[in-house]
Amino acid sequence: MSFELPDLPYAYDALAPYMSSETLEFHHDKHHQAYVTKGNELLAGSGLEGKSLEEIVKASFGSNAPLFNNAGQHYNHIHFWKWMKKNGGGTSLPGAIASAIDSDLGGYDKFRADFIAAGMGQFGSGWAWLAVKDGKLAIMKTPNGENPLVHGAVPVLGCDVWEHSYYIDYRNARPKYLEAFVDNMVNWDYVLELYEAATK
Amino acid sequence: MAPRRVRGAVCLAVVASLARSLSVGFASPGRRGVAASLASGLAGLLSVESTRAYDLPDLPYAYDALEPSIDKVTMEFHHDKHHLTYVTNINKALEGKTQPALVDLQKTAIKDGAAFRNSGGGAYNHNFFWLEMAPTGKGGKPSEKLGSAIDDSFGSMDDFKATFEAAGAPGARFGSGWVWLVVTDDKKLAITSTPNQDNPLMEGVEGTPGIPILGCDVWEHAYYLKYQYRRPDYIKAWWDVVNWDQVSAWYEDALGGKAPTADSTTSAASLIGARKTSANLNLKLGFEANARYGS
Repeated sequence: MSFELPDLPYAYDALAPYMSSETLEFHHDKHHQAYVTKGNELLAGSGLEGKSLEEIVKASFGSNAPLFNNAGQHYNHIHFWKWMKKNGGGTSLPGAIASAIDSDLGGYDKFRADFIAAGMGQFGSGWAWLAVKDGKLAIMKTPNGENPLVHGAVPVLGCDVWEHSYYIDYRNARPKYLEAFVDNMVNWDYVLELYEAATK
Repeated sequence: MAPRRVRGAVCLAVVASLARSLSVGFASPGRRGVAASLASGLAGLLSVESTRAYDLPDLPYAYDALEPSIDKVTMEFHHDKHHLTYVTNINKALEGKTQPALVDLQKTAIKDGAAFRNSGGGAYNHNFFWLEMAPTGKGGKPSEKLGSAIDDSFGSMDDFKATFEAAGAPGARFGSGWVWLVVTDDKKLAITSTPNQDNPLMEGVEGTPGIPILGCDVWEHAYYLKYQYRRPDYIKAWWDVVNWDQVSAWYEDALGGKAPTADSTTSAASLIGARKTSANLNLKLGFEANARYGS
């Protein structure tokens, strides 16, 4: 199965002013497209053709860096678009996620602070994550195209902290972008869907 | 930059100069270590700081001087915000401690931890970056010696540029980082790239270690406002603002084993040199020797 660029699940201007249509146009149409195109080139002849994207990500980690980088970013971006929505974020979380955050992460405020700190602490390009590990929620961060799948966990929420994700709108102010992501963009319904699948 | 205690600094200068001059004369790293310990021990005894803190150096040209290769707004954010953050954070990490010349932090930066590697590296790399660029049309050309070394190593200037551009392409340097032209231990030219704010002076660095004489910042913040996802176009345009006079001078120094200090305002050497004490010549030699890569 080859990689395909999914459509955005909303209009390019749906996340403004927190994420501009200009950012989404470049991010989706150019950056994500490049991962798909390059990933398909590298998948051919890799011996992993026909595997699922998750299997390709896990199998290429540590053994085929170019394929891993592009497959990892393809996986990350497929979910990233769905992790955001118009009028998202805020503190009204679905019950199951809210109680898991309370029991596993010490409550919403601590989750918010720790998630933002993870994004700020990822030096260079990378991602901040909320993931399920050993049945519990955990905050993680990874460089470049890595994600929790290759660290024994399942991501249920991720924020792209590559500069291309925020430089047009926030310049060097990565913390402001992370705050806007958590407070105004997160699609908690999709987080719940992934959480339920990961803890079934 | 002024020292906190000038008299102490001059005293230390003489002692450090003697110790370092001695250390340069010895071939054995063990003896060098003894001399360095002697110097730092005496520094402790005198409780003197060699420098106050690293400064954000001014750009050596106007913010819009690199147009159209690099736009003014990018230069403002890159210098005033990103570079400032690295300088602030390395100063924070060294607060209350002696601050050696920035170049001298690089060798052990990876071992010394994230503040040294990321912020110390970032401070040095950007000092270097501003100096190795010049306003469009003012960068001169490679010296005859550097030009023929490039031809010998890469075939031609065009081949060199193509190899350098390929090393900095998104697929080759995935994520944030730099692409470099270095002089290796055996005095050969090589192209390499490093992640994030690492550089080829750092022990244990990915790629080919050596003395950098040219480096292109391929973090997205270096080009995103003007080029967005088109990193290759940025690197191609960047050649128009390379300061080949500076790169050629650094090449000469690198052949002699000396890494670019990339910052004449923050070393104790220049500080004392400016006071024109009788110790200044020795001290300058001592500190420059100390800055030698691999010594």
